[in-house]
Amino acid sequence: MKRLIALFILAAFPLRAEVDITHVTSPSGLEAWLVEERSIPFVSLELIFPGGAALESDAQAGVVNLMTSLLSEGAGDMDAQAFAARSEELATRIRFDSGRDSVSVSVRFLTEDADEVIDHLRLALTEPRFDEDAIARTRGQLLAQLRRDVLDPNTIASRAFARAAFQDHPYGRESNGTPETVGALDRDALVAAHQGAITRDRVYIGAAGDISADALGELLDRLFEGVPETGWDMPDRAEFLAEPGMEVIDFNGPQSVIAFGHAGIARDDPEFLTAFVVNEVFGGGRFGTRLMRSLREERGLTYGIGAFLSSGALGESYQGRLSTDNANVEIVIDLLREEWAQIASEGVTEEELARIQTYLTGAYPLRFDGNSSIASIMASMQYQGFDIDYVNRRNDMISALTLDEVNDLASRLYNPEALFFVVVGQPVGLN
Amino acid sequence: MFARQLAFAALLALGLLQPAYADSVTHAQLDNGLEIVVIEDRRAPVVVHMVWYRAGAADEPPGKSGIAHFLEHLMFKGTETRDPGEFSAIVEANGGRDNAFVSWDYTGFFQRVASDRLDLMMEMEADRMQNLSFTEAEWLPERGVILEERGQVLESRVGAQFNEAMLATLYKAHPYGTPILGWRHEMEGLTGEDAMEFYNLHYGPNNAVLVIAGDVDTAEALDLAEQHYGSIPANPNVAATTRLSEPPHLAERRIVFEDSRVGTPYVSRMYLAPVRRSGDQSEAAALQMLAALLGGSSTTSVLERRLNFEEGVALSAWASYNGMARDYGVFSLGIAPVDGVSLEEAEAALDRVVAEFLEEGVDTAQFERVRRQLRASEIYGLDDAQSRARQFGVGLSIGLNVDDIEGWIDALEAVTPEDVIDAGQMLLDRRAAVTGYLTLPQEPELSQ
Repeated sequence: MKRLIALFILAAFPLRAEVDITHVTSPSGLEAWLVEERSIPFVSLELIFPGGAALESDAQAGVVNLMTSLLSEGAGDMDAQAFAARSEELATRIRFDSGRDSVSVSVRFLTEDADEVIDHLRLALTEPRFDEDAIARTRGQLLAQLRRDVLDPNTIASRAFARAAFQDHPYGRESNGTPETVGALDRDALVAAHQGAITRDRVYIGAAGDISADALGELLDRLFEGVPETGWDMPDRAEFLAEPGMEVIDFNGPQSVIAFGHAGIARDDPEFLTAFVVNEVFGGGRFGTRLMRSLREERGLTYGIGAFLSSGALGESYQGRLSTDNANVEIVIDLLREEWAQIASEGVTEEELARIQTYLTGAYPLRFDGNSSIASIMASMQYQGFDIDYVNRRNDMISALTLDEVNDLASRLYNPEALFFVVVGQPVGLN
Repeated sequence: MFARQLAFAALLALGLLQPAYADSVTHAQLDNGLEIVVIEDRRAPVVVHMVWYRAGAADEPPGKSGIAHFLEHLMFKGTETRDPGEFSAIVEANGGRDNAFVSWDYTGFFQRVASDRLDLMMEMEADRMQNLSFTEAEWLPERGVILEERGQVLESRVGAQFNEAMLATLYKAHPYGTPILGWRHEMEGLTGEDAMEFYNLHYGPNNAVLVIAGDVDTAEALDLAEQHYGSIPANPNVAATTRLSEPPHLAERRIVFEDSRVGTPYVSRMYLAPVRRSGDQSEAAALQMLAALLGGSSTTSVLERRLNFEEGVALSAWASYNGMARDYGVFSLGIAPVDGVSLEEAEAALDRVVAEFLEEGVDTAQFERVRRQLRASEIYGLDDAQSRARQFGVGLSIGLNVDDIEGWIDALEAVTPEDVIDAGQMLLDRRAAVTGYLTLPQEPELSQ
């Protein structure tokens, strides 16, 4: 490395995030984090309702997903066409999403239309129609998606990993349901899921843009009028149960998709941030990680490889993914085991730690780019249990980590003996 | 700047709409030919630095498909004074993100960093504009990487393979019919020398566009650009590649792509269409509005409303237009039928609904809603400096100028319902189109 020294001198002054967050409490007691940015006349708002598909029963798997898809398919006196036309007239964008752990709502609107948009969104949240024709149409689209999923090697690998990891827990199940469960859902089930999953007691709210704290508080009260106070109970924690070893699933294609990993670290663990830093060195989904260097840059075995802390609200795992030619699977798995063993026993180097600290602290402010990203970060930080001043302390916490702390964590997190692999493809030479 | 943005917001609120970009966009050119666009957005201490070369996959020599993309990868493998991987390592050590992308018409490199690191980014990007250097130890494994990339993003995705086959059929002569990643059998033979030859022919300040967007003072950014890029001599080898033109399209083409991995069969139609032309974007604007009306919403667009909501024959139906290319644009239509409706029936329904739309004319209320969203998009668009930078980068790479880019929303707003119907007549002529069925192997053969 000809110029490594210069590199660290240049990087000596990481930027501070300097995000000015206001804690807003609405007249009725709803809480939100707001970043005011008045220079462009629009507002982004993000709502996270924890629970999501994990709340539903096995027999009704997929009900929260179908319910969420139907929120924009008619509300109040508007059918799906009228609801969408009204959104267009208001030039607003409303997105409803559901996942394993939550239902989320993202909306952006021009400042001048704030009241109308909030009234419009409230109808979707409180008076969705669940018309039979809309149910049939949306169900048909979701069933088509489920048919595509079973033909997609990435989805097959992820599901097999989750099933082995969490088994009978809702985390071991497919959040979008199965053709059988989705086919059997009726309107009553959807109404119940709506009442059970979209509730006021555990919502997290983030906002950014052209709005004051007072105005936001009033808008939120207006939005939540009629949203039920409480809903379905949260399920128990999910334990990681996959045994070490390998599951090969035959799939006809030029490459194999490999999902790999073992138990992870809880997101409220005091050392979660340390684990995040170690993973950024090892497999954080960028160029320059150990896994990318070994498998892509040095050997050309894959287009990309990443590892990630999959730490959900109810349980956690540590996983990675890559695709490689069927002929390369054996060598790739050997290399993964070697990398795992090495970081578990020797940890990261002083130089790697210094580099990643500089990178992470420098990159952090770049996340806060634009109202939509900021609103989303504001909601998810609350959901993950961070303090309101975390944004401005986080870089100092990363810079303060020592090599001993990081490597103690590495030996705790990485366990080459525990690795579980799912291979979807037609790998050559595997026993 | 902050005050100026406030004043601008007030003008918007009053409905005195100015071209949204006019305030903050500056265009300049260095003596060596490098074109520069600076977009000021001082809200956050972040800058995007992009260099775009007016060379891409459509400029490759015969038999070397994929070389533009291979070179894009190799641009990270060092220069005469920097080690392989050092470029990205320095960006990373400065908390930045970098990446690159290649299309048929251009190859772009960008970094997103704290604004006080702009100087360093320019120094490094200027270095690899003229001093690229790598050995076989670097390019050989990277060829494995691009082959794996093709395996992952193309050959493992049946929809992407189908699309590749559609384009290869649509273009009879022009290189837009050759995949950007290249054909596998040609990629397997690419070498570092091939890549260096492409670099020597196409890279240089006189074939590049520099875009800087974010927290910069325009005058300072231009000074920095002069300092780092100004001393690079123009590359005398650069000359516009002669690309083959399409002969007249006199016969409709149809393909059937069968694969056991097809989860949802669908019909896709691609028409050869005009591109956005510098100085006169009206034709392209009418096609863009046509696409917005036919397919711009998953609920209220003409195709979705009729085929999905009213007739119930489609899971979804779509329309899109891409005029951001140097030589040819594409207008696309498609329909994925519900269970029990064949691809033939679905295609017939799609064609009937398009014909009826052209017969009956534009629904005024829908037209107004599309226009209302266009106006709002001018405001929402200001929130994303990187996307604005990209629009200028692509636009200037394909032969548009700053006025064309800034005038695009005005051009769209000038389109009348009659213009849309006139533009849509091209959809009735399938001679310049290819129609494809993506289907499971057991589907009956197409008979027509």
